[in-house]
Amino acid sequence: MSATVEQQGPIGAPVIETFGLTRRFGTLTAVDAASLRVARGEIFGLIGPNGAGKSTLIKMLTTMLPPSEGRATVAGFDLRAQAAEVRRRIGYVPQLLSADGELTGYENLLLSARLYLVPRKEREQRIRDALALMGLIEVRDRLVRQYSGGMIRRLEIAQSTLHSPAIIFLDEPTEGLDPVGRHTVWLHILDLRARLGAAVVVTTHYMDEADMLCDRIALLDHGRISVIDTPAALKERLGAHATLDDVFAEMTGESSDRGTYRDVRRARRAAREHA
Amino acid sequence: MGAYLTQLLAVADAELRKLRHDPWELASRAIQPVLWLLLFGNVMARVRGLAPRTVPYLDFLAPGILAQSALFVAIFYGISAIWERDLGVLHRYLVSPAPRSALVAGKALSSGARALSQALVVYLCAAALGVRLSLQPQDAAAAILLIALGASLFSTFSLIIACIVRTRERFMGIGQVLTMPIFFASNAIYPIALMPAWLQIVARLNPLTYEVDGLRGVMLLDGASVYGLGRDFAVLALVALLMIAVATRMYPRMTE
Ligand SMILES: Nc1ncnc2c1ncn2[C@@H]1O[C@H](COP(=O)(O)OP(=O)(O)O)[C@@H](O)[C@H]1O
Ligand SMILES: [Mg+2]
Repeated sequence: MSATVEQQGPIGAPVIETFGLTRRFGTLTAVDAASLRVARGEIFGLIGPNGAGKSTLIKMLTTMLPPSEGRATVAGFDLRAQAAEVRRRIGYVPQLLSADGELTGYENLLLSARLYLVPRKEREQRIRDALALMGLIEVRDRLVRQYSGGMIRRLEIAQSTLHSPAIIFLDEPTEGLDPVGRHTVWLHILDLRARLGAAVVVTTHYMDEADMLCDRIALLDHGRISVIDTPAALKERLGAHATLDDVFAEMTGESSDRGTYRDVRRARRAAREHA
Repeated sequence: MGAYLTQLLAVADAELRKLRHDPWELASRAIQPVLWLLLFGNVMARVRGLAPRTVPYLDFLAPGILAQSALFVAIFYGISAIWERDLGVLHRYLVSPAPRSALVAGKALSSGARALSQALVVYLCAAALGVRLSLQPQDAAAAILLIALGASLFSTFSLIIACIVRTRERFMGIGQVLTMPIFFASNAIYPIALMPAWLQIVARLNPLTYEVDGLRGVMLLDGASVYGLGRDFAVLALVALLMIAVATRMYPRMTE
């Protein structure tokens, strides 16, 4: 199946290349033989409903979860054999809350700067720049548990990019945010690419978001990548007025706003923890 | 090496900063050892034969209670590790390039430092109750090291348990079950000689015994350790390293 997936060639040398990446949980295959390439400086979207396997794929690519099968190179290094080298070159904003609520924004950044071995002389300057860029100067000494969801997301993006990674992974970065917060996150993602030349891998289940943000998207359903292409090309297949939602329905035979009570409860809980 | 230390200290520093933001947590933990000394200690001091003839029972007890209070704090460390996993904060650590052992050792070090506040409380309380404490700098330094080692050891043990049981509910149950035997099958509140033979064997395999033994040697005026300070330190350091080595292998799998 994955071998027949149509894939438009990436623009430059790939920073991510996966070959049949698979992850099983017991009898469930959460990601089924995912093969994809992401080019330098590309914004690559992983799109699919809750439970499609987006987070599982990202966790494998960030070395947080060992694949059951398949292999991948990330930022030029083998995912399994050279995990530490991979980690040095990537940034990861997980779906769950990853900033520490018991620390201030400044302290969270200081922790990241030290873990990523940002040279001591540059530390304060880089933290200051990051706080300024993310509009968090005023709240730098406030505990993060008092931040709004949007502020926490911005802090997490800053924490994940202090070391100028070659690839940034963002797992549902706009989930639970209001329209203004979502828009701000989009601008920051575009800015990261422009400023760092970094590739961005972003998951979302909002089609409009994928459409305006991503150079290419992979549609994921039940662990399988059904298609990888540019948003424009995907829509073109279905005629002049098609939206990505239509594409998604066509590809998977389902509407994109599927999702169970459990998914809703989980999303709400995540949103509350961010508050 | 410098890089390793930077990362290790980054983890420990973050933990200690959290403590500074919430000093009440420390304060609340000071209550238990004071109650043990005040209530249990004063009553049991009337029982003959509990402590060696030459040592008043409260003097015998104070090092035991210090080790115990540090143990009680450390043994529940695993809960906060599970909590960090559930929230997602754990990812922030594990996705960083820091060697996994630096992360584990950094957490252990912070537990060691955290236990020192307990030491302060027990020293003050013991002094007020008339325990003859040694305040020689080298004795105090040795006591600090013993307590830090013990807390690192037990908190890392707790982290290993957390990696195995994985949920807070299960951990709470197990944490209670573990504390009892570690505490009572040791020399903390009575000499090993009073125990039945089989329990003596358990007590000799229990790292807490060596922590308490070392503390009896350095906390008290004319204090003496039964096994010798060298052996006490060696046992604690070895077991702590072993725990860190095991946890280093298990900790990264918590994100799975
Ligand atoms: N640790 C796990 N253990 C068992 N099943 C899991 C685990 N993580 C994810 N899954 C399952 O794998 C599937 C894909 O999950 P996930 O990657 O989180 O999807 P998405 O991020 O697209 O919503 C889901 O059915 C989910 O329940
Ligand atoms: Mg997800």
